[in-house]
Amino acid sequence: MKTKATCSARSINLHLKPHRISNTKQIIALIRKDILLEIRQQYSLYGVILYVASTIYIVYASMNQPENEVWNGLFWIVQLFVCVNAVAKAFLQESRGRMLYFYSIAGARDFVISKLIFNLLLMLVMSLLSLFIFTILLGNPFAHLGKFIGIATLGGISLSLVFTFLAAIAAKAQQQAALMAIMGFPIIIPQLLLLMKISVVAFSSVVQEGLGEMVLLLVALDIMVVALAIILFPFLWKD
Amino acid sequence: MMRQSWWKILAFALLMYTCTMGFLVDIPRLDDRLQHSIRNLFFHVPMWFGMQILFIVSVIYAVIYLVKPGSKADTYSVEFARTGIVFGVLGLVTGAIWAKYQWGAYWSGDPKQNGALIALLIYFAYFVLRGSLNDDEKKARIGAVYNIFAFFMLIPTIWYLPRVSESLHPGGQGSEGNPGIDGRDLAPSMRIVFWPAVIGWTLLSVWITTLRIRLRTLQNKWLNG
Repeated sequence: MKTKATCSARSINLHLKPHRISNTKQIIALIRKDILLEIRQQYSLYGVILYVASTIYIVYASMNQPENEVWNGLFWIVQLFVCVNAVAKAFLQESRGRMLYFYSIAGARDFVISKLIFNLLLMLVMSLLSLFIFTILLGNPFAHLGKFIGIATLGGISLSLVFTFLAAIAAKAQQQAALMAIMGFPIIIPQLLLLMKISVVAFSSVVQEGLGEMVLLLVALDIMVVALAIILFPFLWKD
Repeated sequence: MMRQSWWKILAFALLMYTCTMGFLVDIPRLDDRLQHSIRNLFFHVPMWFGMQILFIVSVIYAVIYLVKPGSKADTYSVEFARTGIVFGVLGLVTGAIWAKYQWGAYWSGDPKQNGALIALLIYFAYFVLRGSLNDDEKKARIGAVYNIFAFFMLIPTIWYLPRVSESLHPGGQGSEGNPGIDGRDLAPSMRIVFWPAVIGWTLLSVWITTLRIRLRTLQNKWLNG
């Protein structure tokens, strides 16, 4: 009897496989679900926005309008903390039961891709928002604001991808918030340094040597994070 | 091969050679400042070779663990990472002592100092992560995932960033070559000590790791049996 049951379960599973071809559909459905959740449970979205605003206000209150270099450094550090807070809840908010449900209907890979894309969108909004608040409060030191918007976008994407995957790891352990910082900060330092280096071009008309190379490295790192997440994520949800 | 003794004898011989010839060999006198402190090259740089090789072995065993789970691969992965950390710390300390005399401070925020510190922080985090998981199987699996992820995030940047930044080390921005050491710059008399030193220290690091692995395996057997 038991063998029969497992057999039929397996056949159902196999039966489901062809449906998985429409991966993009499932991914879009999962992203839609996340966005709907954000809109309906507005407190968490507003919470992050308030976090952004109050963090930047503290920076403003303590530094007023700093020099370009300080401005740049502060901006990226604030981005780092905003990202940790905005992205951390991606996996932590899902209960165990709901996780199992997603796993059975969507497959681990679709799930992680949907989370990556959703967090990327969330972080894009937060990056641009914090850039806006930064320029209002701490002044607008840019010679090329457009360039910096591009760099902030790229930075937001890089940060969100790395921390989404780390949140997936941290969700498995105890003391999740502390672990996010312990695991994430050393890994993100090189990327933050690259971003700070690249940002220099937006402040004045200097020619930054090896600029294209550094942007390419960042993009390559992003692609690698996505690839690693897709390959490694199924191992995280095996239990 | 690991159980054979010839490579252990070789490690011993090479390190004896390093520790004697390292202090006796003729060195070129470039300026009044560097002088004999350049001999630190035989002790400081091989630590990084050791660390890097051990971390690579560790990540290979992490991949093996994920493909084919078993406690053996996990023990190997952990112990190689652990000895790698020891060698990394030794590398930082030997570098810092030397830097105090040559650069005027133990720590001067050089890109390679930062890179090495970041690498160590990442592997410390690996052990914190493992410590925060209770289940052995989970510990091994999630540790392996983080090990692989961190390795691929770290290595491109640690090999690339120092090359485009200004640095007190050889091989920084403007000068050609490997970030650690420029092989072509090395005097021939130093070369015949340097490479044996690298091989000797690396073999020693593997030797230490195999001892730890045997200890861990015995402990596991004793605990489970």
